[in-house]
Amino acid sequence: MKRNAVSKSLVLLALFAVGLTSALGAQTLLGSGATFPAPAYTKMFDEYYKLTGVRVNYQGIGSSGGLKNVQDRVVDFGGTDSFIKDGDFSKYPGAVVHIPTVIGAIVVTYNLPGNPKLRFTSDVVANIYLGKITRWNDKAIADLNPNVKLPSLAIMPVYRSDGSGTTFNFTAYLSAVSAEWKSKVGNANSVSWPVGQGAAQNAGVAGVVKQTQGTIGYVELAYANQNSMPVATIKNSSGNWIDPSLASTSAAAAGAFPADTRIVLVNPDAREGYPISSLTWLVVYREQNYGNRSREQAEQLAKLLWWMIHDGQQYVTALDYATLPPPAVKAAEAIVKSITYNGQALVK
Amino acid sequence: MENNVFAGQYKGRKRKDILFRVAVLVPAGIVVALLFLIMAQVVVNGGKALNLDFFFQQQKPFGEVGGGIVQAIVGTLMVLAVAIVIALPFSLLTSLYLYEHKGSKRADGLLNVVNTLQGIPSIVIGVVIYTWVVVPLRTFSAFAGGIALSIVMLPLMISMIKESLDMVPVSYLEAALALGVPRWRAVVEIVVPAAASGILEATGLGIARATGETAPLIFTSFGNPFLSLNFGGPVSALPLVIYEYIKSPYDDWHQKAWGAALLLVLFVLSLNLFIGTRKKR
Amino acid sequence: MNDRRFNVLLSFAALVIVFIFAGFLFTLVVQSLPAAKQEGAAFLYGSEWNPVTTRFGALPFIIGTLMTSAIALVIAIPLSLSAGIVMGEYVNSGWIRSVLNTLINVLASIPSVVFGLWGIEVVIPLVRKLALLVGAPPYGAGILSASLVLAIMIIPYMSSMTREALVNVPAGLREGAFALGLTKQEVVTGIALPFAKKSIFAGILLSLGRALGETMAVTMLIGNATRIPKSLFSLGNTLASVIASQFNEAASEVHRSAMMGLALILLVITMIAGWFGRTLMSKGMGAYGK
Repeated sequence: MKRNAVSKSLVLLALFAVGLTSALGAQTLLGSGATFPAPAYTKMFDEYYKLTGVRVNYQGIGSSGGLKNVQDRVVDFGGTDSFIKDGDFSKYPGAVVHIPTVIGAIVVTYNLPGNPKLRFTSDVVANIYLGKITRWNDKAIADLNPNVKLPSLAIMPVYRSDGSGTTFNFTAYLSAVSAEWKSKVGNANSVSWPVGQGAAQNAGVAGVVKQTQGTIGYVELAYANQNSMPVATIKNSSGNWIDPSLASTSAAAAGAFPADTRIVLVNPDAREGYPISSLTWLVVYREQNYGNRSREQAEQLAKLLWWMIHDGQQYVTALDYATLPPPAVKAAEAIVKSITYNGQALVK
Repeated sequence: MENNVFAGQYKGRKRKDILFRVAVLVPAGIVVALLFLIMAQVVVNGGKALNLDFFFQQQKPFGEVGGGIVQAIVGTLMVLAVAIVIALPFSLLTSLYLYEHKGSKRADGLLNVVNTLQGIPSIVIGVVIYTWVVVPLRTFSAFAGGIALSIVMLPLMISMIKESLDMVPVSYLEAALALGVPRWRAVVEIVVPAAASGILEATGLGIARATGETAPLIFTSFGNPFLSLNFGGPVSALPLVIYEYIKSPYDDWHQKAWGAALLLVLFVLSLNLFIGTRKKR
Repeated sequence: MNDRRFNVLLSFAALVIVFIFAGFLFTLVVQSLPAAKQEGAAFLYGSEWNPVTTRFGALPFIIGTLMTSAIALVIAIPLSLSAGIVMGEYVNSGWIRSVLNTLINVLASIPSVVFGLWGIEVVIPLVRKLALLVGAPPYGAGILSASLVLAIMIIPYMSSMTREALVNVPAGLREGAFALGLTKQEVVTGIALPFAKKSIFAGILLSLGRALGETMAVTMLIGNATRIPKSLFSLGNTLASVIASQFNEAASEVHRSAMMGLALILLVITMIAGWFGRTLMSKGMGAYGK
């Protein structure tokens, strides 16, 4: 028995040694949060690994999850499409900054026989999610789509069951276009949905819609495209029918950027702008020397962030994410330069 | 005999007997059929995913077809290793305590605690270990995942090892004591080896149970698209990968989820069968 | 190493186990205090769970948990009793017995997440068709799907406990009955089952305890709706599934504390079911001085 205990400890020691060496050998960064940009991020991080050998582990758990992990300081960075509100900064044990990364489109996707291309106005979308429109062949939808034979299936809305920046932006849009939505449900990462089924992460919503006829859901464009799911054309505030695309998303983002880059892009004034576009950020601590963080780790993080807003941008357009417009890049550069270790800037 | 007044009654009773037999055999047959259905589905769907890439490649970016789950296979082994290293000694020592203090109030109380621990939902274990290990260490880790799994394994292993120790004939211990062997040595070098097959069985079943656990790992070992051997950092695991992939809309990931399920079921099955054959010896 | 040190080592291990258990309770209680302070008893009977308005009432999840477990039991009991009776009473040849035992063990070892996987691919489409027949919205996910798969998950456990209970009926009782000319059915329903009643019921309670805490399969099948479920086809949440969905992101202190409160409620009800089951089990075993 004693001999077994000794050999067991040796094995454990050996494993720890292996683990230590691999930890020293390959640099890894850990991030978690928004699933809205996950297709773009995982692509970027795959390319970054091929370029530099640095492994960036990004877990898509929803924006609220990412921010919570940042608060608990168990990740190097958090991803969120819903920026931290002024009153919430006190929840973080240190000053945090937002670095914008990509711009995407929240599309309304659905599952109907024949995959018809549908048009929705903003109040139709709001009324579907309020539970006031319950059948696909309802007059309100049929009037907008006279050339489509709509079935009499029940409409089953799908929403995010986890705290989500995508929900934040979608409900921001609904609150902007429907006074009833604004007073009844409101605008947040998690709301009390009047009707429908919950699914976790963008992937979960897309998964449910893909598999269930009659459902409708809101997901980032890449998820719909990658799975050949139909995407609705939405009428924007200028009265134009806009399809979500690289062009219409970029149009929505054309405009001034605040210095801290915290901006909501839904319902833009831009004539050709897609009405439910969204920016997404990575959140990190401004002062990187916290909780035994090594200088090396902080430097790797800063390098990654700098790469993401410059060379990394080229990899996202293939997935129909819009790159950061020049004012956003400028603002982002300033923010990355403000990240310090022991007061010293990491990127000059 | 035919004219016997009981003959008529006997026909009725015989009929009831046959009806009852059918009434229990049908549902039992349904249960067996369900099992075969589920296993068949796992094998057929899972088999489609198995190829070399599946076993040796890492995860690809969202939506890209190909790659594999090597990070999950290795991650599962890593958290299991940590779990066993913690659970085996602790369950053995605790069972020995119960053996040595059999019948005492303390032992009864301890047994109650162990039995109650067995009923703790594994999601609760994950939540508590997040608070105790992940936050203070400021990182998700295979280490934390292993600790959570060990708590899942402990109550099960303690009760089984205790039973094996109790089944060792008391004469073994008494003979050793009569020969002047100190008690601790008699227990450690005579009783424990005699219960060895039971201890092995307990370990095997504990591993089988822990391998399939997902909830404790969600908040502890977290997940990783990359293969990692770092116990102090996040790792993937087969159940985590199943959970993540099946939620997604990607057909390629769905197929991989079934493949991972097949691996899990095969692993757990072989453990059970291995223990079953050892028992017969 | 000597006797004294050995005992110290053993006591240390035992103490660690006790500390783990006490620690769990302590952590959950302390962490749920903020939510308890805010909501009071309304935490248990409040039906609104809304992180935006920070109202945290756990009633929808308590009902969801009870509904799915109850329906799962209703489905599982007849199936498990039959399987247990067949294994304990009717199967006497060696190889069928070991095959059946292995089968049941295999079913018992299939992980929850694999059941969830199977449920998504097989059970949800079936329930969807059923919902269309009945006129309910054909989500497929919901209380019924979760309960069905939950039932299948507890059947192996319940059947083996039923089989054990029946196998432990003293042979003398049985043989006496047969000697008096009773049919097999009369022995089973008149002698064996009544004798094993307490242990069988204990098995049901212990299976209930498992069903209450079951997380992964339920989370994957129940539809994640934070409402009180009104019918079999309603979407809902159980205590375990809402913790799995929302714990990772409860960022506000009250929300986080409310999650811990849910975990505490879950722990308490599984403990109660388990405690009742075990007490009944020991009573059942001791009936005839086994």
